[in-house]
Amino acid sequence: MSTDTEAHAPAPHKEAHARSWQGLGWGFIVKLLLMMVINALGVAAIMSAWNAEAWAILAALVLFLVVADWVYFSKRFLPLKYVYPGLVFLLVFQVFAMGYTAYVATTNYGAGHNGTKQQAVDAALIQAEREVEGSATYPLAVVRDGDTIGFAIGDEGVVKVGTEEQPLQEVGGSLDDSGKPTSVDGWEVVPIGDLLSDQALAKEVTDLRVPVSEDANDGSLRTREGSTAKIYRSSLVWDPDADTLTDTDSGVVYSPNDRGTFVGDDGSSLPTGWYVGVGLENFSKAVSDPDYAKPLLRITAWTFAFAFLTVATSFLLGLFFALIFNDDRVRGQKTLRTLFILPYTFISFLTALVWRGMLNAEFGIINDWFFFGADIDWLGDPWLARLSVIMVNLWLGYPYWFLICTGALQSLSSETMEAAKIDGAGRWRQFRSITFPLLLVSTAPLAIASFAFNFNNFNIIFMLTDGGPNFDDTSVPLGATDLLITAIYQISGVQGGRADYGLASALSIVVFVVVGIVSALAFRQTKKLEEI
Amino acid sequence: MATDATATSRDNRRNATRRKRWWAEVGWKYPFAALVIFYAAFPLVFVLSASFDERGSLASASQLFASFSLVNYQELNDTLFWTWMGNSLVIGVAAAVGAVLMGAAAAYAFSRFRFKGRRTSLTGLLILQMFPQTLAFVAIFLLLISLGEVVPSLGINSKLALICVYLGTALGANTFLMYGFFNSIPAEMDEAAKIDGASHAQIFWGMIIPLVRPILAVVGLLAFISAFNDYILARVVLVSQENWTLAIGMYNWVSDQLTARWGIFSAGAVIAATPILVLFLSLQKLIVGGLTSGSVKG
Repeated sequence: MSTDTEAHAPAPHKEAHARSWQGLGWGFIVKLLLMMVINALGVAAIMSAWNAEAWAILAALVLFLVVADWVYFSKRFLPLKYVYPGLVFLLVFQVFAMGYTAYVATTNYGAGHNGTKQQAVDAALIQAEREVEGSATYPLAVVRDGDTIGFAIGDEGVVKVGTEEQPLQEVGGSLDDSGKPTSVDGWEVVPIGDLLSDQALAKEVTDLRVPVSEDANDGSLRTREGSTAKIYRSSLVWDPDADTLTDTDSGVVYSPNDRGTFVGDDGSSLPTGWYVGVGLENFSKAVSDPDYAKPLLRITAWTFAFAFLTVATSFLLGLFFALIFNDDRVRGQKTLRTLFILPYTFISFLTALVWRGMLNAEFGIINDWFFFGADIDWLGDPWLARLSVIMVNLWLGYPYWFLICTGALQSLSSETMEAAKIDGAGRWRQFRSITFPLLLVSTAPLAIASFAFNFNNFNIIFMLTDGGPNFDDTSVPLGATDLLITAIYQISGVQGGRADYGLASALSIVVFVVVGIVSALAFRQTKKLEEI
Repeated sequence: MATDATATSRDNRRNATRRKRWWAEVGWKYPFAALVIFYAAFPLVFVLSASFDERGSLASASQLFASFSLVNYQELNDTLFWTWMGNSLVIGVAAAVGAVLMGAAAAYAFSRFRFKGRRTSLTGLLILQMFPQTLAFVAIFLLLISLGEVVPSLGINSKLALICVYLGTALGANTFLMYGFFNSIPAEMDEAAKIDGASHAQIFWGMIIPLVRPILAVVGLLAFISAFNDYILARVVLVSQENWTLAIGMYNWVSDQLTARWGIFSAGAVIAATPILVLFLSLQKLIVGGLTSGSVKG
């Protein structure tokens, strides 16, 4: 490192390390280069946020970048130099994510309410687009410039080009006999064969809408097959002043309501809406909506039961093994211990999937080996599935407690045990009155942490049972082994199905609160605060 | 002679009672250990056997090592397995390195500097780390959609974005684990180095980091495993098959009972699990130390 240069430099001790020109070491150069890269990336991101008109992101970027430069090029804020990088990630992906969850919980964000009002208007206009009757058919060539796809048409002998952003305008080029552009200045003509062979490109082309002019009411060019284009125009007209959409075919006027939907004067409504605040409605929906209330209540009860039982069973089994094998007279303890914790060393998502196969009713080895080939439907019956989940998690979890308890047993003072023996306490009495209480004191914080972890143990449930078997008395796709977190995942619809981000976030908040309370208990137990 | 005989018989009797006692107190633990080992190992043996099974179905796998063929391993080459494995490794290693660096730097600051708001920030971190990030997956999903419109490489379907999401927990989860360890290194060593003219950065990189390597290994391994195991955030962020991690891809192989591909799943499971199994066993001592300080492996 640069100890020599810095040690020999006359040190006035007034200047910040970062600005010192006398003791230039490698560290400073590395820092300078890193900050140059970060500033370059930051400025680039700020510019693209400006272009995308994403003001919140722009503000956050500017703030983070300015603070970064301030922290790393000033003499003060020494601790922040070490904490800042982690802090940025923490603020964005943990603190903000939690706050944003709370915000989404008070909206009806989800399927049908999936953006801002302006996006909903644009979507409604596009959805209502129809081919203009009697529209001319223009010979079309698909053109590209890098990643940008555009349409080039021959219109009465001249070539016109446009893209999604850029309305049609005249450019130089040549047409063939049918009026189709064969070359376009500044653009590369995409051969029609490419459209047939490249599915993604074909979809991009059929989705592309090129505005005819700056005026949206002139309609836009679209193509079905990539060789001719027609003019499409929306049957809806947006009037920003009156805040209404009017259907020019039927004359129905749609106006916005406070639920984020356009409702027509004939009582119909448009499918796309925007999200609006609904207060605490999502929370009350969770307890009063007949579709959700009962399943969610059962799921909550099961989540508590699962987290408690899984900690209790694996703790007891681990403790049992630890008591038996914490015995110096047993030889090869090290080897035994390594073999005992094998389940712990196996990747847990794979464990759950392997057991899913082993518990298969027809072909699984559990039935085959241990139940004489009976057809026990372990994962298909609600109670058997619950039992299976706990048994699998027991297999997965006992090694942890075996290790913890072995460690705790070895740290018990032998004097206390001797004293108990001299006082004539039997083995059971020793265990019940001395060993077990002492063990509980040292393992209780870990048990609470484990409870909080299993309360949100998404993988074991999702990989083993998918939450199933499904409840048969409700229409929502929730099941007997669903935990709150897997239920939230289902309801959110990020994987498919009907999305309800609002309700999912509201439930997340509820779980946050529960986990917070449980952890607060652990917090007081661990007395970690006293160490600070 | 007569006294000899009585002595031998007495010896025999004593040996017999001693052996009996040995059996009652220690001996039975060996067969019992065998039972425990069977319980711990049979699923793993089953996977190993199924991976060598020629027909690659659940039904044919119930007979252990009935056939031995590498056909499942060869078939992995026709799938995206190695792509997913690469993704999982890249994401896991990046998340682990980031977690170690950020956690160590923060722990150094909290352990060595005295500044205003230190206690409050430590308490804040302790409270924050209680709230599982996975629960905020909807918000993270929506956040990445917005971010992607500004910086496409941080949007949905980007591995870099997923790494950043994982790094969000680096400070909360690891600072405390490391903080205690850093405190156990005497501050006098820092003082000595400072008198020798070392800067705070030199003390951190040149002195502290080499001394705390054990805890760095534990934090790195735990961060790697939690990223490797994560399904929910990876599934939300990574859309296209080429970007999937092993957890998403292998779940898809066996999630549908009708089309389940247990043969290649088992082969993939053996390949994916073995390196981590070895790593875990070789770092066993360190990890147990880390466990007792309160980290839970997922």
